[in-house]
Amino acid sequence: MYPASFDYTAPTSIEEATALLAELGDEGRVLAGGQSLLPMMKLRLAQPANLVDINRIGGLDTLDAANGHLEVGALVRHADVVNSDLVTSSSPLMASAAPWIADPLVRNRGTVCGSVAHCDPEGDWNSVMLALGADVVATSTSGERAIPIGEFVVDFFTNSLQPGEMVTSIRVPRAHDRTGGAYLKLERKIGDYATVGVATHIRLDTDGTIGEAGIGLTSVGPINIKATEAEAMLLGQHPGDELFASAAAAAGHAADPASDIRGPAEYKRAVVEAYVRRGLAACLSQISQEGR
Amino acid sequence: MKITLTVNGVTRSAEAEPRTLLVDFIRTQLGMRGTHIGCDTTSCGACTVVLDGLPVKSCTVLAAQAEGAEVRTVEGLKQNGSLHPIQAAFKEHHGLQCGFCTPGMMLVGASLIERNPTPSEDEVRWEISGNLCRCTGYMNIVKAIQAAGNELANAEESSA
Repeated sequence: MYPASFDYTAPTSIEEATALLAELGDEGRVLAGGQSLLPMMKLRLAQPANLVDINRIGGLDTLDAANGHLEVGALVRHADVVNSDLVTSSSPLMASAAPWIADPLVRNRGTVCGSVAHCDPEGDWNSVMLALGADVVATSTSGERAIPIGEFVVDFFTNSLQPGEMVTSIRVPRAHDRTGGAYLKLERKIGDYATVGVATHIRLDTDGTIGEAGIGLTSVGPINIKATEAEAMLLGQHPGDELFASAAAAAGHAADPASDIRGPAEYKRAVVEAYVRRGLAACLSQISQEGR
Repeated sequence: MKITLTVNGVTRSAEAEPRTLLVDFIRTQLGMRGTHIGCDTTSCGACTVVLDGLPVKSCTVLAAQAEGAEVRTVEGLKQNGSLHPIQAAFKEHHGLQCGFCTPGMMLVGASLIERNPTPSEDEVRWEISGNLCRCTGYMNIVKAIQAAGNELANAEESSA
């Protein structure tokens, strides 16, 4: 299978890339790892007239800790996240999710930022980013802006980038003490899309109550879902099985799964509930181990 | 556009459209048929090549993106006329049946044991989880990769 014809450019700086994207407008599409875009182009679900390949731009492949954030550059591959001590110490939820992305070969090539920008509701990273409250950094010829992930993910395969903008990094808040994160994914086989994926994140305050809570859901709606009601139920409370069960029920309610080859909707909703409960319990057990 | 890359240590150039996939470039423009096209949808790993040190699915990489890169294909495993330990082990341990997934399996296996010569069964299975064997001959594939790793480790020990 071949993609439809396109013009190809491989700029070597962000300035060059954004100038090209400004000129191309709607006709230009950024190519990073290509692990989602190229298959879509081969199936002719996407037919961009111009590809701007950013793989030759230096400095985009770095993971940095700065200003309380973990900055994930646009060319950081999933495998880089799997192998990063910085990620392990900065974001337990990202560290937990990374090995679940696609398969080892795809992880060597695909990028975190590309996956986030793709806005496929079956993609894992956007649930993680919604749970963590990450910002997407978009750069154009007029400068950069940070877009909260909730505003970045607009719809099914639709983000809020303006023509001429490219994602240059994602800023993930770094974990403090007493923080746990877990990504649970049910998949039929490695490399398949999630039947259901659940991202959970909690931070406890010094008094032992929940100071931060994040829950993101994969493959159970037209977009990745932030289970805001469930998160609100957790805040300010002492963690425990009963509380987690109520939050899980609320998250199940927030899910909007469809019946398909991966299972009936009610089954998926039940998995969401079970995984939210287990994910929160895993977060808590990480935090209690940290204290030892 | 003209694309130049290094395949198994040899610099190769050919004309191709921007939309040419790396697997097609290798098979058609360069005439090297060891790299297979299986699913053509990033699922099966029959098209695996090692691109700048990392195994990837070459049906989902543009040839243009490999400009200037070092590519290793199954043809590059053999050294000075003798089989790479992974090839010898696949032969010895019946690591192939129909042979279709074999180039990808061997390249992923070789990449693994060059990093970690003594992987556990779980580590091998994890590493090859992006490669499908439709004959379902995984047991012998895993055995062959582990045996090749031992071979490499022993060779290193005796040369040290």
